[in-house]
Amino acid sequence: MTSVVATNQTILVVGGGIAGMTAALEAAETGKQVVLVEKNPYLGGRTVQLYRYFPKMCHPSCGLEINLRRLKANPRIQVLTMAEVTGITGDKGNYSVTVKLAPRYVNESCTACGECNKAATSEVADAFNYNLGKVKAAYLPANMAYPQRYVIDGSVVGTAEGEAIKAACKYGAVDLDMKEEVVTLNAGAIVWATGWQPYDAAKITPYRYGEFKNVITNVEFERLADPHGPTGGKIVRPSDGKEAKNVAFIQCAGSRDENHLRHCSRFCCMASLKQTRYVQEAYGDEGKSTVYYIDIRAIDRFEDFYQEVKANPNVSFVKSKVARISEDTNGDPRLWGVNTEGYVRYSEPHDLVVLAVGMEPSVKNVAIPAEVMGDSSGFVMADPSNAGIFGAGCATNALDVNRAVQSATAAALRAIQVVNQVARAEA
Amino acid sequence: MSDMNQQMSAKYKNNFLKEIEEQAEMGEWVKMCMQCGVCSGSCPTNFHPGWEHPPQELFMMIRAGKRDEVLDSQSMWMCVSCYNCYVRCPRKVPITHIMHGIAEYAYRIGRAPKNQPTLHLSQTFWNNATKTGRVNEVQLTQSLYFKDGIMDGIKKAMAMQDVALGLVKAGRLNVMEAIGGGHKCKDIKGIHAMLAKAKELENQRKGRAA
Repeated sequence: MTSVVATNQTILVVGGGIAGMTAALEAAETGKQVVLVEKNPYLGGRTVQLYRYFPKMCHPSCGLEINLRRLKANPRIQVLTMAEVTGITGDKGNYSVTVKLAPRYVNESCTACGECNKAATSEVADAFNYNLGKVKAAYLPANMAYPQRYVIDGSVVGTAEGEAIKAACKYGAVDLDMKEEVVTLNAGAIVWATGWQPYDAAKITPYRYGEFKNVITNVEFERLADPHGPTGGKIVRPSDGKEAKNVAFIQCAGSRDENHLRHCSRFCCMASLKQTRYVQEAYGDEGKSTVYYIDIRAIDRFEDFYQEVKANPNVSFVKSKVARISEDTNGDPRLWGVNTEGYVRYSEPHDLVVLAVGMEPSVKNVAIPAEVMGDSSGFVMADPSNAGIFGAGCATNALDVNRAVQSATAAALRAIQVVNQVARAEA
Repeated sequence: MSDMNQQMSAKYKNNFLKEIEEQAEMGEWVKMCMQCGVCSGSCPTNFHPGWEHPPQELFMMIRAGKRDEVLDSQSMWMCVSCYNCYVRCPRKVPITHIMHGIAEYAYRIGRAPKNQPTLHLSQTFWNNATKTGRVNEVQLTQSLYFKDGIMDGIKKAMAMQDVALGLVKAGRLNVMEAIGGGHKCKDIKGIHAMLAKAKELENQRKGRAA
């Protein structure tokens, strides 16, 4: 059984992405007890699935390494992975929370030697790479996975393959008898940081995502550009592996649209501007990008990044929401629409189309097992009636990494105030 | 130009957007357009030379106060009511209805283009349908085919004869309708009273004198 030490002075952080990790660390570093619950088998969330961040174009592994070092150095944080919150009862200062733990089939003895992976023969979808590839049924979910332990897919349990995987482990770390567990823990305050998910592009029917192989999403493009991704960092198109030197980016794919997401997702303009650089870096002057946009919202301090990209002769901008996509016989996706600057109709073929899909909350406020106020998109709102539950990161709004971290620090501070009141350290 | 046109022009001096908002059906939605262009790109009349101003350009022209250019335009008359624009509009602007609203307004104040084929079709259809409460398809087709003279009408009828025969065989077209007034609805007076009431209500809603 998994044992969790928690009292009504403990802060529960739900979600181990960049926001949840930050909130947990900030709270723990002020001396509070923290339980960090994460659904995936590893920490880092969507951030570690990026190739690079804007605006400095650094790699997420760098920021993650700093946070992981803080985490490892801090005895006050207990991390539960493959865990989901299923129930919340009680009130501010005294919550009782049930957490469901899925079996990993690998225990703490794992040294990440990789012998189980060699013994595995069947393959499962590679969730880390947005299912662009496959992984063996015994896998390390991400290169920098924390905890650095393999995961065995449930499909091999009770098979000869499962036994072979078990036999391959020299450390007795494979435990195929693990069962799903439910633990109940106490908490004084809860930081809800369940983050975002990309909007389902298949719902934008005129763009034919899922039907045309060379129409992909921005999060998939991150994986294509990443040297650790399914193509080893080669920007090639999925249909035939041809080098994608003429890439179209379609902005507001789902966002700012009453038929899809009502809100502006904020990060997608900057993400596409950043991704034009991947194309340029991969193919030099042969790498052409075209950004189809309603208006570019390089929020905050990023206007200079936009101006820099705009000055690049290999990147062109078309002010138009693309009406539809068709496919040429050679597999080229063809974009149709009207350029509203001059009202010129176009019909342009490209090697690859990247849909800049927006953010929606991965757990909408109504799906949280407690009364939590939300906006019309399901993002958690700050409201006194939420009592001791505080939203953080992309659970509260469409944010980039920088703003998610700010939001998490604010949520941590609010949670600290609640447990201080419980401990009578604050009025 | 007609009196009505001059009256309206004087009433909404330099504020064509307000004129459209108050006078054209669904005109109050024009200001909601964010100029993304998805309506124009979705229009099946794509690349048709008659569509001089796509919807979002028309909306921008309204906001810019280009009264003459908008009202004299053929563009809104070219709408085929496929509703692609309305379905795809990210702001849920009822573009199809606005197109008809602007066209109807241009007609009402006497600014509709001369010999506009859509206008002719609409008028013919309206007269045909409201006369007896039922559409007489044979007479409707006849009046449309022969609008440009007998020779032209015969040519069109010959070109379409296979379709007509198919419709007759399928029981979708009754040639006997050509004789007399054709079939009618039971309560013609009731239909006429209903249409009169609808017009009265519409005038009331738009704050117009009947």
